[in-house]
Amino acid sequence: MVQQEVIAAIAAAKKIPPDRISLDSTFEELGVDSLDSLTILFALEERFDISIPDEAAREMRAVREVVRGLELMLSARTVAGGDTTVRG
Amino acid sequence: MDGRRVVVTGFGLISALGRDRHEFWGALSQGRSAIGPIEGIDCTGLRFKNGAQVHGFDPLEHFPDKGAEWLDRFAQFAVIAAREAMQMAHMPPDRLSRDPTAVVTGSSMGGQGAIEQGYVELYRNGRSRVHPLSIPRIMANAGASYISMEFGITGPVYTLSTACSSASHAIGHAYWMVRHGMVDRAIAGGSEAPFGLGNLKAWDALRVVAPDTCRPFSRDRRGLVLGEGGAMLVMESLESALKRDCPIHAEITGFGMSSDAYHITQPSIEGPARAMQAALRDGGVPPERVGYINAHGTGTPTNDQVETVAIRKVFGPHADRLAVSSTKSMHGHALGAAGAIEAIATVLALETRLVPPTANFAGPDPACDLDVVPNEARPLEVEYALSNSFAFGGLNAALALRRWSG
Repeated sequence: MVQQEVIAAIAAAKKIPPDRISLDSTFEELGVDSLDSLTILFALEERFDISIPDEAAREMRAVREVVRGLELMLSARTVAGGDTTVRG
Repeated sequence: MDGRRVVVTGFGLISALGRDRHEFWGALSQGRSAIGPIEGIDCTGLRFKNGAQVHGFDPLEHFPDKGAEWLDRFAQFAVIAAREAMQMAHMPPDRLSRDPTAVVTGSSMGGQGAIEQGYVELYRNGRSRVHPLSIPRIMANAGASYISMEFGITGPVYTLSTACSSASHAIGHAYWMVRHGMVDRAIAGGSEAPFGLGNLKAWDALRVVAPDTCRPFSRDRRGLVLGEGGAMLVMESLESALKRDCPIHAEITGFGMSSDAYHITQPSIEGPARAMQAALRDGGVPPERVGYINAHGTGTPTNDQVETVAIRKVFGPHADRLAVSSTKSMHGHALGAAGAIEAIATVLALETRLVPPTANFAGPDPACDLDVVPNEARPLEVEYALSNSFAFGGLNAALALRRWSG
C-alpha cells in the first residue's frame, strides 16, 4: 500500500519510528528539509519504478500530498498499461 | 589596506559564448545567451535537455603534441585560457622563471569525463583495464600543472576545489599572495567540463536544473543551467605592471570568504552577506561606492531570493542604487570555472563602462527586488564592483574590483 511505503521511506530517511508519522504529518513537522525530500522521493521512485516530475515533486510537502501524487501516477500507469508513460 | 596594490594585466577564457575574450564580451554586451540543446549526450530520461556547451572544440587544434592525450577537457580549457591571458599580458617568458610567480586554479570535479570514460570501459564494456593516463587526466590539478610546465613557472602552483566557489577562492588566494609579497605575479582562475551522462544524471537527481533556460531573478525561474569552460586572469603588483609598461584593465582591491556552517545544499543569508562584507573590509572599499555586483545568480528559486536579501543586508538603502546582474543567464553555470568567467565579465564591465545584463528575464519577482539589468546591457560608469560566488556546502567567496583610471 502506497501510504505505508511513503511512511517507511520517510522513517528511513529521518531515522524516526514509522508510528510517529501519520497521513496528516507535514514535512515541516517532521523536520524534512529539501535534501531529505530528495532522498525520500528517490527511494519511492526506486520502489515503484516511476519518475516523479519536478513540478509534482515541488508540491509534495506533506505525507498526504506524496501519497496522493504517487497514487495518481501509479493509476495513470495502470490505465496506460506500461511504465513508460509516467517516465520523464 | 595593507600590502601592495594588485592589478589585472591579462585575462582569457573559453566558454559557451566563444573561444576567446572578444567573442565572450561580444555576446555578453548584446545579452546573447549560449544556452541550447545539449549535444553529444543522449538526454533521454533526463528532466532537462539544455546546457551551455563549448561547441566545435577540437583539442588537436590547441594541443598538437601531448596535451590532447594527457589532459581531460577541463584541464585543456584551463591551459587555453591561460595562454590567452598570458599573451594579453605581454608576459616575457624569462620573467616567469626569474621572478616568483604563482598558478592557482579551481575546479569542482576535475577530470570527471576521464572517470566516466574509465567506468564505461570497466562496468559496461566489460574491459579489464582502463586507460593508463586515467589518473593524470582525472587529477584536479592537471590544468595548473600543465600551465606551470608550459610557462616554466616554478613558484607556488596548486588547485582549490570548493564546488561553485572554486575559481573565486583561487583568484582570491592568488591576489593575497601577490598583495603580501609572496609572489610578484600570478595566473589564477578555474575550469570545468561537466557534460558527461553520469554527471548530468547526478545533477538531474538533485532537481536544481531548469528544464527550459536560466532566468536569474526572474519571476518564473526554474533552476540553473549547466555550463562549461575555462577562464584565467594574470595579476601582478602595480609596481611590476608599471615597470613593464603593460596596460592595466582593473585593480583587485579585496577578497572575502565565509562558511554558512549550516546546510550542505541550502544557502543561508548570513554566510553570503559575511563574504561580501569581508571583501569590502579587506579592500577598505566604501560600500556606497560600489556600483555593480556580478551576482552568483544561479536561477534557482532559493539562491536568487537569498542573494537578494544578503545584498540588501550588506548595502542597506544603497542596494537600490546598485546594478546587479547574473551573466550565468548567458554562459550557464560553469561550476568551478564560474567565478573566473564572472570576474572577467566584471573586469570588462568596469573597463568598458558597460554592465552586462541578466538575460532571459521574463518579469520581476517581488522576492528579488533589485535592479537586475534585465535583458539589455547598460552603459554605466562604475568605480567598484563585486563578483559573488556561493558554493554547495555553504562556502562563499566575494571579490572586490576597481576600475583602473590610471
